[in-house]
Amino acid sequence: MRIRGVNIWLTALLVLIAAVFAFPMLWFLLSSFKPGSELFSLPLSLLPETWTVSGYQTAWTRFDFWRYFANTGIVAVVTTALTVLVSAMTGYAFAKYKHWWLQGFFICILITTMLPTEVIMPSTFAIIRDLGLYNSLAGIIVPSIVTATGVFMFRQYFRTVPDELLEAARIDGVGEFRAFFQIMLPIARPIAVVLAIFSFQWRWNDYIWPLIVLNDPNKYTLQIALRSIVGADNIDWSVLLSASVISLIPMVILFIIFQRQIMSADINSGLKD
Amino acid sequence: MAQDAAVTTAPAARRRRIRKPGQTIAPLVFISAAVVLFALFFLGPGILGLYYSFTDYTGVGEPEFIGVANYLKLFDDQQFYSSLTRTLLYTVLAVPVHYVVALGISLLLTSAATRFRTAARVIFFLPWLISPIVIGVIWRWMFGENFGLVNYVLSVLGAPGQRWETDGSLALAVVILAGAWGGTAFTMLLFIAALRNIPTSYLEAAQIDGASAAQRFFRITLPLLRPTSFMVILLGTLGAMKEFAMVQALNGGGPGTENMFMVQYIYQTGFQRAQIGYASAVSMVLMVILIVIALVQMRFDRREDLS
Repeated sequence: MRIRGVNIWLTALLVLIAAVFAFPMLWFLLSSFKPGSELFSLPLSLLPETWTVSGYQTAWTRFDFWRYFANTGIVAVVTTALTVLVSAMTGYAFAKYKHWWLQGFFICILITTMLPTEVIMPSTFAIIRDLGLYNSLAGIIVPSIVTATGVFMFRQYFRTVPDELLEAARIDGVGEFRAFFQIMLPIARPIAVVLAIFSFQWRWNDYIWPLIVLNDPNKYTLQIALRSIVGADNIDWSVLLSASVISLIPMVILFIIFQRQIMSADINSGLKD
Repeated sequence: MAQDAAVTTAPAARRRRIRKPGQTIAPLVFISAAVVLFALFFLGPGILGLYYSFTDYTGVGEPEFIGVANYLKLFDDQQFYSSLTRTLLYTVLAVPVHYVVALGISLLLTSAATRFRTAARVIFFLPWLISPIVIGVIWRWMFGENFGLVNYVLSVLGAPGQRWETDGSLALAVVILAGAWGGTAFTMLLFIAALRNIPTSYLEAAQIDGASAAQRFFRITLPLLRPTSFMVILLGTLGAMKEFAMVQALNGGGPGTENMFMVQYIYQTGFQRAQIGYASAVSMVLMVILIVIALVQMRFDRREDLS
């Protein structure tokens, strides 16, 4: 069945799948505006009978959300800045210089994509502890800086930048470091933005390292705080739903601002972290 | 012959003459930070983990060498086998589901015959913003046995409520659904980018020659997607093998320890029971499995490229 090139059945299928995908989010979001008594009272209704933000108020007063936001924000921003810088430098070296040891290290980075460090967390923990980073935000930041994805993205990008540009700079007497920081890094801004967005998402939603490294509730990140609510014997759903929604707000803002960059990002060159 | 050699070496020689010491030192400096971090947080834990796996280290005091005792104990450990087989089962089930869902959605989103593509793409992408913990919360809230919406809808339809939390298989099914829901967004971006790179002229020519939609998909689109498919399956497999955070919030590996996956088992033995030596042995076994998976998949990929 076609009307001016539009297949109604395929469109209906797409709309149906989209509805199925959207529904859990909608149900979750609407439930968070129900009063605690209404959450479990039958019959269940999609829309709250009485809209309330009491769950949000309780969540906000019972938990130190400002602190969790601050901790998570510090970790995400600092790690992202370092990830972009280190990835750019490493990817640039891989793209523009030829030495046997660079190729060797490139293979090392390649291997890290195959073997996620989560599986060797007991010994990683021991190293973080022996470096004196236990129970500190630095203990989450430092191990997360190097990501193969970031290195690959920059390597791929710098390979498309003509070598002549670098040769010309060298002939003009520009040093290797100045050439990188003043010519190459500014050119690679689009890639830096995409990597920064992805890195921020990875770190904002990180769970396993904060769980292992942090001990003091004052240093908890949002995900660990949420885990402490959901891990309780009697889950306070009203608080849990509201707290979960609150934790999403920064990511939603990020998405609204950078929607174009995220959706059109050519991530074929990179990998998931 | 001699002349050939002279011609081919000439550019190399010229390049060598231009290369200044700065061109060796600079890349060394550029990669130094990554090298140090790689050594500290990848190579170091790997070697240390191998060493710990031969000791009785508990996190305090000096590790004492006990040979292969941890590994012997491991091969007798029911819980180890249970979480290993559960993780493999989850991977075998979740990766195809994830692949089919993401590819199907991407095909609909790149098809010129559908409407509302932009809005739908945003909806499919939204779960990417949500952390694994919150994804677990959302699905736990939907599939609660006594309070969840799904069982309520079933009861309204006259069907009995299902034991989503207390039946191991149903609980695993919920984990697979939640995983596919959360993972589709990123995979979809990969597939959409790859599908857009397929020249429409191929598909149009096939259509003119009378190829059906199914033939066009299986004979043209799918073979051209092979590199992307390979990457999606590899990433999906690795992701499934290390699944942890989402399950923590969804059902904690329950009921009981029935759906406890490998990383959770490592976490539990290493941190809650402080048996770092023993947990390291589990890590090493998982490492070996991942290496084997990666090698098999890479070999598979290369062979297909050659043919």
